[in-house]
Amino acid sequence: MIPRYQTILFVVLLAVSATMGVFLWQMRYRSYQRLLNSQDSAPTQAPQVAPAQQVTLYVASDADNALLAQPLSLPLPNSPGPRARAILGRLLDLYTVPNSPHPVPGGAAAIAQVFLLPVDDATTASTSTAASKDSRPQLAVVNLTRAFAAAHPSGLETETLTVLSICATLHANLPGVTQVRFLVDGAPRATLAGHADLARTYLAGDAAPTEGLHP
Amino acid sequence: MLLASIAVPLPAQPPGSRFVVVLDAAHGGDDSGAQLGSGATQPEKAFTLALSIRLRSLLAARGIAVVTTRESDAALDFDRRAEIANRARAQACISLHASVSGAGLHLYTSSLAPAQPARIAAWKTAQAAWVTRSLALAGDLNAALTHAGLPVSLGRTALPGVDSMACPAVAVEVAPIAAGSRAQAAALSDPAYQTRVANALAAALVQWRAEAPQP
Repeated sequence: MIPRYQTILFVVLLAVSATMGVFLWQMRYRSYQRLLNSQDSAPTQAPQVAPAQQVTLYVASDADNALLAQPLSLPLPNSPGPRARAILGRLLDLYTVPNSPHPVPGGAAAIAQVFLLPVDDATTASTSTAASKDSRPQLAVVNLTRAFAAAHPSGLETETLTVLSICATLHANLPGVTQVRFLVDGAPRATLAGHADLARTYLAGDAAPTEGLHP
Repeated sequence: MLLASIAVPLPAQPPGSRFVVVLDAAHGGDDSGAQLGSGATQPEKAFTLALSIRLRSLLAARGIAVVTTRESDAALDFDRRAEIANRARAQACISLHASVSGAGLHLYTSSLAPAQPARIAAWKTAQAAWVTRSLALAGDLNAALTHAGLPVSLGRTALPGVDSMACPAVAVEVAPIAAGSRAQAAALSDPAYQTRVANALAAALVQWRAEAPQP
């Protein structure tokens, strides 16, 4: 025989549990609604069609162990960072097509960001004027995605060509870029896929091939 | 950043009376390197170790002292490899790699700008004082491999480990004879191809010894 006070206690606890369950369900629903309201995907600015501009991509070729200049017409944003990202995205897209001379998965999504920073150079800083601000040497920091680095084929030639093609393409289209550094998911990384050094600063001008010569 | 400031004492010139070659079989342990061939039956670490052992035997038979960075499937970081090479005070350091991208043999020397030898050099750029000699060694390797009928391409790269070596250093990457063919990709595991490559490398190092300044 169950004592009466235990029965009452059980019923009270059951009622409290049910009330808490309903309360939590309501809280969860409200949070979900709040999340949906915050993700308003309606466009706030009309898209603009940028005019096509001539760019030069330095496309890697595994068979020749060389970079080949390929002129292309692309619509590009005016801001230098997004512009550099768009150009590199197009370059890496070329590597994903079937029968690519340098097959590398990832494409444009491999470039998370490109930051352009003034190179710390005391001589340049002291002699530069406001007018020459745009022509000051710049360091491009290319932030690659971890997925790209993980999927990149491992090899001395293939990794070197990927790095050099990025550096040469940046320098060809943004002549102010004299140095290039790489990050992977925002952090320094020793090598791209076990070979090419990603920890050092690359001189962008050295990456571009001389006419008819290998990099 | 810390490593960049650590100095490595450079061997005096001429380095010693013994002609020593350092063979660095890339990768090892958990670091398998590239997967070679369809089906990924052989990792790069196994290929480079087998080639290192084969080349060591050929060089020993020609009276050349050989120091290897690894004799088993052991994990070694880039700094440890450079330490072994620098302690050996070698006249040639060969870093062995393999890949299925590209064709033939890829010879890479450091992309560091040549610098004057100094008594104490920065660890990460110790190779700068040896770049000119490294290019000469790459020339000898190129001549011997071409003479053996093997396609060769030359390049410059930033390879951790090699950039810290205080000796004439070349990274040799062995690829299938012709790119783009699955049948040819199997050539990497062909013992006859491996023998041709090892014999040509040994011949180049014998020639390099003949050209080396006598103590």
